[in-house]
Amino acid sequence: MAWNDKRPMSPHLQVYKLPLTALLSISHRASGVINSIGALFLVVVLAKAAGGEESFSFASNLLSSWFGYLVLFGFSFALYFHFCTGIRHLLSDTGIGLELEEANKSARIALIAAAVLTVLTWIIALSAG
Amino acid sequence: MNTLRTPLSRVKGLGSAKDGTDHFWVQRLTAIALAPLCLWFCFSLASLPSMDYAEFTQWLSSPFRAVMMLLVILVAFYHAALGLQVVIEDYVSDHALRTGGIIAVKMLCAFLAVTGVFSILKIALTATTGN
Repeated sequence: MAWNDKRPMSPHLQVYKLPLTALLSISHRASGVINSIGALFLVVVLAKAAGGEESFSFASNLLSSWFGYLVLFGFSFALYFHFCTGIRHLLSDTGIGLELEEANKSARIALIAAAVLTVLTWIIALSAG
Repeated sequence: MNTLRTPLSRVKGLGSAKDGTDHFWVQRLTAIALAPLCLWFCFSLASLPSMDYAEFTQWLSSPFRAVMMLLVILVAFYHAALGLQVVIEDYVSDHALRTGGIIAVKMLCAFLAVTGVFSILKIALTATTGN
């Protein structure tokens, strides 16, 4: 039987293409969870460093390996992404940029800013050592 | 006034969840505090030549960096506990699982924050002073 109800259907998440603003909203939440895991790893590294040179060597070797760099790169992007979309949400809380056009524009700015900050940080990190 | 709420409840303005806008407000306050802390943390760590023991402990032995790291850990885990609580509240509908999850998240965040603080203080107070 053909679907002949002309009323719009509610967004069905498996077939509905999320607009950029919605995609950023859920990614903000997801990146927050990833950052919590990153903070957990930071505490592990700090605790290992507090335990002395021998206890730190494993963390140090891991952090200096290509795999460690890959994980750190991921965490740094997740952090900057959450940072940029978070500032966007703080502005939204004050009523700034809520019009559709402005919201789409600030979404793109947040994405670009997160990418720029990540690349800038890694240029500094790789040129420092 | 046609309402079933008591005058005391209305004047307190804390709503049916009994904590008013406190969660919302502290989530934003910690977010504002984390913005400069986050930039400092990333760029300060990125400018370290290497991540070996001497380099890392020397970095953390500066009083300014130790204080900044303490703030990073404390504010980040406060912010994380509030954020993860909302995620659990939104996606876990089973009441027991939800309450248990929130309690677990808060205790884990407190444990990690205290572990982080203790580690920073131990390194900062025992390592030879950096600059």
